[in-house]
Parts: sequence; C-alpha cells; structure tokens
Amino acid sequence: MSRSGLFAAVVAAGLGFTSPVLAQSTVYIPAILELSGAGAVSGTNFRDGMLMAIDEINGKGGILGRKIETPVLDTQSDAGISRAQLQKVLDNKPYVVIGPVFSGSVLVDMALTQQAEIPEIVGGEAAAITQKGGTYVFRTSFGQQFSMPKIANYIRDGIKAKTVAVLWVNNDFGKGGRDTFVKEMAARNIKVVADVSTESGQADFSADVVKIKAANADAIFVYVNEEESARFLREAKKQGIKAPLLGETTLLGQKVIDLAQGAADGVRGHVGLTVDAPIPAVQQFGEKFKKRFNYVCDHNGIKGYTAVYMIKHVTEKIGKFDSKAFAQAAHGMTITPKDEPGILMEATWDKNGDIDRESFLGEVVNGKQKIVATLPKLGK
Amino acid sequence: MASFIQLLVSGLATGAIYALIAVGFTLLWQTSQTINFAQGEFVMLPAFFILAAMNLGAPFWLATLIGLLLSIVVLGLLFKLIIVDPMLRYGVLPLVISTIALSLFLKEAAKDFYSSQAQPFPALVPATDLNVFGAVISLQSLAVLAIAVATVLALHFLLNKTRLGRCMQATAQNPTLARILGIPVERMVLYTFLINGVLVAIASILISPIYLAKFTNGETLGIAAFLAAIIGGFNQVRGAILGGVILGILDNLSAAYLSSQYRGAFPLIILIAVILLRPQGLLGRVEERTV
Repeated sequence: MSRSGLFAAVVAAGLGFTSPVLAQSTVYIPAILELSGAGAVSGTNFRDGMLMAIDEINGKGGILGRKIETPVLDTQSDAGISRAQLQKVLDNKPYVVIGPVFSGSVLVDMALTQQAEIPEIVGGEAAAITQKGGTYVFRTSFGQQFSMPKIANYIRDGIKAKTVAVLWVNNDFGKGGRDTFVKEMAARNIKVVADVSTESGQADFSADVVKIKAANADAIFVYVNEEESARFLREAKKQGIKAPLLGETTLLGQKVIDLAQGAADGVRGHVGLTVDAPIPAVQQFGEKFKKRFNYVCDHNGIKGYTAVYMIKHVTEKIGKFDSKAFAQAAHGMTITPKDEPGILMEATWDKNGDIDRESFLGEVVNGKQKIVATLPKLGK
Repeated sequence: MASFIQLLVSGLATGAIYALIAVGFTLLWQTSQTINFAQGEFVMLPAFFILAAMNLGAPFWLATLIGLLLSIVVLGLLFKLIIVDPMLRYGVLPLVISTIALSLFLKEAAKDFYSSQAQPFPALVPATDLNVFGAVISLQSLAVLAIAVATVLALHFLLNKTRLGRCMQATAQNPTLARILGIPVERMVLYTFLINGVLVAIASILISPIYLAKFTNGETLGIAAFLAAIIGGFNQVRGAILGGVILGILDNLSAAYLSSQYRGAFPLIILIAVILLRPQGLLGRVEERTV
C-alpha cells in the first residue's frame, strides 16, 4: 500500500468510517422493499426469500470470497420514500440494488439506478418498467406483456369466451395489467363488456360485484392485489357470480385461498411462480421457507430468493464486482438449475431486462392450488 | 331495484360501523378536547387481541371477552393516563401530534408482534344469505347493522336516561359548572375513554370479518370516521351517527352508479360542501369562542 493510501486508510479508521465500500470482506447489496404499508405482504415475502438465499450463500463463503451485506430499507409502500431510500444507498456505491416490489416505486427508482449505472433487480411486474429503454433494471418475474398473452390465449382457447369483464386495481401494477390485458383481448376479438377499477386496500366490493354481475360476461378477469382478491372472491360468492373467475398469480396464491375461506374454489389462472409448481427444487424451497418463517411463501418469496442467486451467478461469470460489467453480462444470459441450483427454474433475461421462464396454469380445488398445465418459455 | 337494495343494506352496515367509530371521536372531543388521530388504529387493535387470545387456545367467545377487556384497559384507561393527561395540559395541538405518533406506533407494533399479513377473522354469524325481493342480502351485513344499532341505542339510553349519562353530558357542556354542582368531572371524562374502548372493540369485531384483520386497517377506518364526525357535526353524537351512515351508503351507491374510479372523492366533495354551507356539521351546534 502506498504511503498516501495507508494515510487515507488510517484517517478513515480514525474517523470511524464504516462505509461498505471500504469493507473488502463484504459486498454491499442493499435492498429497498415494502416492509410496511399496503405492500408489506409482498415486501416481507420478498425479503424473507432474499435473506434465505443470502444466508445460504454466506454460509458457503459468499460470492467470490466476499460475504453479502444487505441492509433492508423500508419504502413504506410509497414511491417517494422508496426514491429517498435508494438515493441514500446509492451514496454508498452499492454493487447491485435489490427491490422494490411495487411497480410504482420501481418506475420512480429506475431512473436513479440508470444514472448511477447500478443494476437493480426488481419485483415489479408493470409492463412499462422494461419499456423505457433502461439498461440496468432486471425483473425477477414476468412483465405483464409476457403473462397477459398466456392468460388471453387460455380465455380464448380454454374458456372459449366471447365477452369478458375486467376488475383491476388502480395503481401502476393494476393499470399496466389492465391496459395490456384489454389490448390482448382486442387482438383476439374478445369484447370487454365491463371495465371496473378498484382502489388499493379496498375492503368493500359489493358495488363492484353488482356492476360485474350486471355485465353478464362469459368470463371475469380479476387483477388486484392478494388481500383485495380474497375480499372480492368472498363478495362474488355471496352474490352468486357464476361466470369463470380468472386471474394471475395474485388471484391463485395460497394466502388468497386461505383468506377467501372457501370462496376461491374453482378460480383458474396463469401462475408465474408458485411453491406448488411441479418442480422438486421449487417445492423443496417452499418447505425450507415454511420451516424457517412459519408461513407459506408466495411468488414474491421466490422472486427474492432467485434474485440473490442471479446476482451470485452473474458475478461469478464475470469474475469481479463490476456493476457495469454485471449489467452487460446479465442481458441475454440464461441460468439453468444445473449451473446454479438456487435459480430453481431455468431463466433467461433479454436485452430489456425482462425474464422468460416456464409458467403454469392453475386451478383452486378444495382449498388448494392445483397446477393443471406447464406452459413453456416464450422463447422456446 | 334488487341491486339497489343490496347496495343500500351493505352501505348501511358499513356506515353503521363508521358511525360507532365516529361516536367515539365526538365523545372524546366533547369531554376532553381530545382529537384522537389513532382512532382507526384503536379499531384495528382489538381484532389482534382476540386473535392472540385464540392462538393461546381461548374459544372465540372468551377471546372476544378478553379483547373487549383489553380494549377498555389499554385503549381507554392507559391511553388517558399515559398519553392524554400528560399532554393535554400543553394544549390540543401537542395532543393531536401525540395521537398521530401513537397511531404509527400501534400500526407498526401490530405488524411486528403479530404479522404483516392479513388474517382471517371469525364472523359472528354464518356466511349465509337471505333473498329479499330478489336482492341477495348477507346475514352478516344484517347482523352488523343490528349490533351497531343496538350499541348506539344503548349509548343513547346511557347518556340521556341515566344519572351517570346526564353527569357526563354536564361535564361535556360545562365542566366548571359541573364541578361546582359536585359532579366528579375527572371520573366522567375517564368514563368516556372507557366507553370509547368498548365502541372501538365492537367496531373491530364487526368490521374484521369483512376487512380481514390487518395492521393497516386503521388508515381507512380512521379517515372515514373522522370525515363522518365532521360531516355530521363534531360536537354531537347523533351527528356522528348520521355522518357515518351517509358515508357508508354514499361509498357503495357512488361506486355502483356514478364512478368506481372516483368513489374516494365523493365523501370529500360532501365534506367540502358541508364546510362551505354548514361548517358546524349537519347536526352540529355552532360553538363560539371569546377572548
């Protein structure tokens, strides 16, 4: 070490600097997640999956010999706070940033990570996230432009519906999903006869169900968050809705099924990630998660877990902690469970940061999610 | 018509719960000038008391009783002794800020000590429906309505037909004169806090099967009840009841017949109209202040 370098290190130590940049035995990968507010369930699942992966990797010596150091900062499910938290961690020059999960927060944060040239591994699903030309944002689950065609095909070919009602939550996630879904319906000549917007955290769905029932559609597509899904399903059952209820992962998760207390039976839909997937590695992960945290992991837990293993694999491929090199290498990369068991399912990231992997068609039978078909990667 | 009846009953049931919470607001304001911004969290918490008791093995009825008692002690007695009494001597504003801090503390504590995830909460009546003129009316909504109305009637009886109630009213109207007349003002104020503990516990038991027990429930409930109290009249119990019912019905009917996207705006439009045209609230009294 040169004399000036030694002097700087001594001064830094004397001042008590504990900047993660200086701590060479660790790699600073902060997480910005929804630990409170409306997104707490999603954020907590994501965090717990992420912590599981970090503990496993650190237990085996870390990434390239460095332990992962991940402080978790709470966005309070608010895009403004998320941005402030991100700004705070960017000052410490992170290698990669994990989170957030809420699309609204991702859309606000990604401009900062792009500017700082720091890769951001996010849980958001809004289509717009990867349509803004960003080169540092990477998804951990399907964007809506990938998942909606799958459910649209099922509505046309499986349900053979000519008309459909859509119920969506009025936030970035819901609006993005609704817009993509309506476009996919138009492309298949299926008429949207009711278009009902709801609020995040809404408790009473009686008015919405009355409107949907009056539309008399062949199928009903529900695109709201988990707890609202459960409340909607209970009201739909109460009002005797007979049309097939279809949705995405947020309608078929075990938490929704438990909260709906019997009202979820018969619900069908496209499931991007689930611990009930007919893949042994995923099921084993689900069991380990439940044993450690004492609740059933939802899709966000899988996102958090695989996000860390994606970082590990890409870093080991490039052989150094270089944020720019990471982003370049991750685009177009395919990670298989054979190369990296923690990735659980083969996944490919395209030039926009969108992820492609197998997904599933599920149905709720006797209070349990049952996978009825496995859908191949879109790229296959 | 069937849909209208359905929406009306559902709105009445929700409105009746808002009314219970709003009544608590007005009671505390009238007797001690306490504006409790943690009132929504006060409704959220008893559900977790009950769930915790059930987790320890108590049957639902016993857990409900424990939840009710804990609400009276923690949200009534301790709230007054630990937060209100020390802060009130510094004026209304520090107390308001303290209750905002308390609401954040209660919310985060429920999340950390119980769970961030919504929990199913047992309903008082089975989830069956009645068919009335073609409208599907939930037995649960009717039970909520009946219990809320019975609670309000009991409170009305207590306040207007008993000596204790008249003493409480005297305390609210003129504490100095009430004290001269020998009414134990401090005790009367304490009783209103205890009554608020009962009201929020009942509201919690009624709303949690519909909302699911979740640490964020207080946010919407607190705002709804606050709006209801202002619309109806902050200084009148009957005003709070009217305000709650108006909000419940308005929410359902506006979402179904006007716009579901702007349903959150309609209560605020009513609030603005009330403030402009009748600032004391629909049933409130004009209060004058002199210096």
